[in-house]
Amino acid sequence: MAETITPVKEAAVENIRLRHHFATPAQQMDAATLGMWTFLITEVLFFGGMFASYAVYRNLYLGAFASTSEYMNVVLGGTNTAVLICSSLTMVLAVRAAQLSNRRHTMLFLVLTMIFGTAFLVIKGVEYHAKWVEHLVPGFNFHYPIPQFQQHAQILFFLYFMMTGMHALHMIVGLGLLTYLLVQAYRRVFNANYFAPVEMIGLYWHFVDIVWIFLFPLLYLIGHRK
Amino acid sequence: MATIAQGTPEIAAQEVNYLNVEHGWKSWLFTTDHKRIAILYLISITLMFFVGGFMAVLFRINLLEPEGIFSAETYNRLFSMHGIIMVFFFLVPSIPATLANFLIPIMVGAKDLAFPRVNLLSWYIYVIGAFLTMYAVIRGGVDTGWTFYAPYSSTYSNSYVLAAAFGVFTAGFSSILTGLNFIVTVHKMRAPGMSWSRLPLFVWSNYATGLIQVLGTPVLAIVLLLLAFERIAHVGIFDPNIGGDPILFQHLFWFYSHPAVYIMILPGMGVISEIVSCFSRKRVFGYNFVAFSSMAIAVLSFVVWGHHMFLTGQSVYTSIAFSFLSMMVAVPSAIKVFNWTATMYKGSVSFDTPMLYAFGFIGLFTIGGLTGLHLATLGTDIALHGTYFIVAHFHYVMVGGMVMAFMGGLHFWWPKMTGRMYPEAWSKFAALIVFIGFNLTFFPQFILGYMGMPRRYHAYPPEFQALNVLSTAGASILGIGYLIPMVYLIWSLKNGPKAGPNPWGAAGLEWQIQSPPTTFNFDETPIVTEEAYNYGPLEEVVG
Repeated sequence: MAETITPVKEAAVENIRLRHHFATPAQQMDAATLGMWTFLITEVLFFGGMFASYAVYRNLYLGAFASTSEYMNVVLGGTNTAVLICSSLTMVLAVRAAQLSNRRHTMLFLVLTMIFGTAFLVIKGVEYHAKWVEHLVPGFNFHYPIPQFQQHAQILFFLYFMMTGMHALHMIVGLGLLTYLLVQAYRRVFNANYFAPVEMIGLYWHFVDIVWIFLFPLLYLIGHRK
Repeated sequence: MATIAQGTPEIAAQEVNYLNVEHGWKSWLFTTDHKRIAILYLISITLMFFVGGFMAVLFRINLLEPEGIFSAETYNRLFSMHGIIMVFFFLVPSIPATLANFLIPIMVGAKDLAFPRVNLLSWYIYVIGAFLTMYAVIRGGVDTGWTFYAPYSSTYSNSYVLAAAFGVFTAGFSSILTGLNFIVTVHKMRAPGMSWSRLPLFVWSNYATGLIQVLGTPVLAIVLLLLAFERIAHVGIFDPNIGGDPILFQHLFWFYSHPAVYIMILPGMGVISEIVSCFSRKRVFGYNFVAFSSMAIAVLSFVVWGHHMFLTGQSVYTSIAFSFLSMMVAVPSAIKVFNWTATMYKGSVSFDTPMLYAFGFIGLFTIGGLTGLHLATLGTDIALHGTYFIVAHFHYVMVGGMVMAFMGGLHFWWPKMTGRMYPEAWSKFAALIVFIGFNLTFFPQFILGYMGMPRRYHAYPPEFQALNVLSTAGASILGIGYLIPMVYLIWSLKNGPKAGPNPWGAAGLEWQIQSPPTTFNFDETPIVTEEAYNYGPLEEVVG
């Protein structure tokens, strides 16, 4: 109820999807932007709890943590970093295309972003599988080659799976949102007057990418600091 | 206070309002109207309040006898579930999700919150969290205390920790979404002329609450997740036997849960500002100070968590810093108390029911706040830590403060929410009963704690029995004090006298529209031309 979308019927301004409780499209856009940024702040705090735990244990068990770098696949991790940076580029190009009312490019760049996102998850899956094979999954299947680090290295791998797992979960949600955007773009919803969802989901996508930018050096490169 | 183009509401006998505009359960469960969602929340949290209250009744009965009546295990589960339900499912959403959800859009002159569907989503998330927690209750409960301290909760407890922790985890997201909605609404949805310095103080305090909800709750979510993984996979995150750090749990937990204490009091302070101003017929003394003290409390709330950990062996310098910062919170809190008092000074004070609750709040909150200073002091905390002194202290703030404010606010805005007045004599009687029952319950606990009785034990030495019996007697009076309003408020829905748009002659946008309001609150967006609380002489007041 009351959630009707009223297209404003004015000669110059068409296809503005103004919800009933906003006075102007500008107000609606401002609210959406502030809402998304506020949400991203909660996400920063959410990941912040894990980063804080990471900082504590890395400080306590530096030797064990550094030794795990040998079992991290830097090539795959680095590739994934590149893949995500590319996806951020295509995402922002999709936003630009939507702002320019270019439906074809919007859809093209959304699809490219989704391909990069899926590629990231596939590579991540390959890495997870390798960890399982090497008995590096904490709790269920963990046998560390260096016996004195067995317990403490397990904490690092626990944080690894938790942080990258949470990140991957955010990617999957992001892919769902991108699918939604693609359908909407196909239905010609977005134009120069109404592109808020593309921009908001773009913000979310960039945030998820930035999380990875922090995760990669913290988890993969501890032992590489000489 | 503002010019609103709207027909005179007195004529309409059967006017359309948000309650009668649509009927049927679908119109409620799929509503996006902030007022209807507030009612949904009100019903849900009231149910949870009585479940949590029932637990309290049971363990107070246990404490009638020094050796206890139930087993230690049952007792542990009772007080834990009482804490979890009351904190996460009543106090945190109490005023924000009900009164503020109903009032903030109206107070800022908007048709709805910025994200109406997110608002509905937050209620559904709350309900899912509540069901998960009730599942834990029905299966046998949790015995960790509401704080879920690790490694007991992650390794040793044989109770339903996971279900309860996931319930709290889920409910946290509902709290985040409510806070997010308020922040954006206050920033972006204000009517023309409604500047920040004209916002009612209730809006200010809920805005500050929103900041805490948004910044603190995600950390609670992550600590519960870590706890759950440690319990499932037995990886050492908090359990020192397997390489974990139990103090880390406390740091992360209190990083949310101390600010959460202010989630549980700031909205109440906002209610008191509204009530005191209305029933003193004066502008709130030092508006800017009261507004900014809310923000100061929100900021300080994030740098005091270490005072829960004075006895954990944290560095003494850390403790000194946390002790000092905790004392700082007393400053903005005291500003509020002094300014409410100054508002009443030379005002035309009347003693309607909401004002009785406000008086109760001011007195009890002051006691609760001042005893907090004993606990923030490093030396005295060593003696008082983990005793009934703590229990009494936070119940004076949470129950004597927040629940009093909630009851006061509920009576104050009841005519606006339902269009009906409640029975005046009964409500005053109930307010008195609550005040007496509350003090009888919790004041003896200060003495018990001072004498050294530790909290969370099902049995105690016989010399503490007299005070414990007194406390249990008080609790039964308090329980009746809460049941009476439950009865007469429901009765008033059908039988209460019709309330006009402004039964109190109060200032504020919400009193200038019909009671109950229409779905979109205002026919035309109001234009605000005056500051808040612009109370004129009494003659102008019309019922």
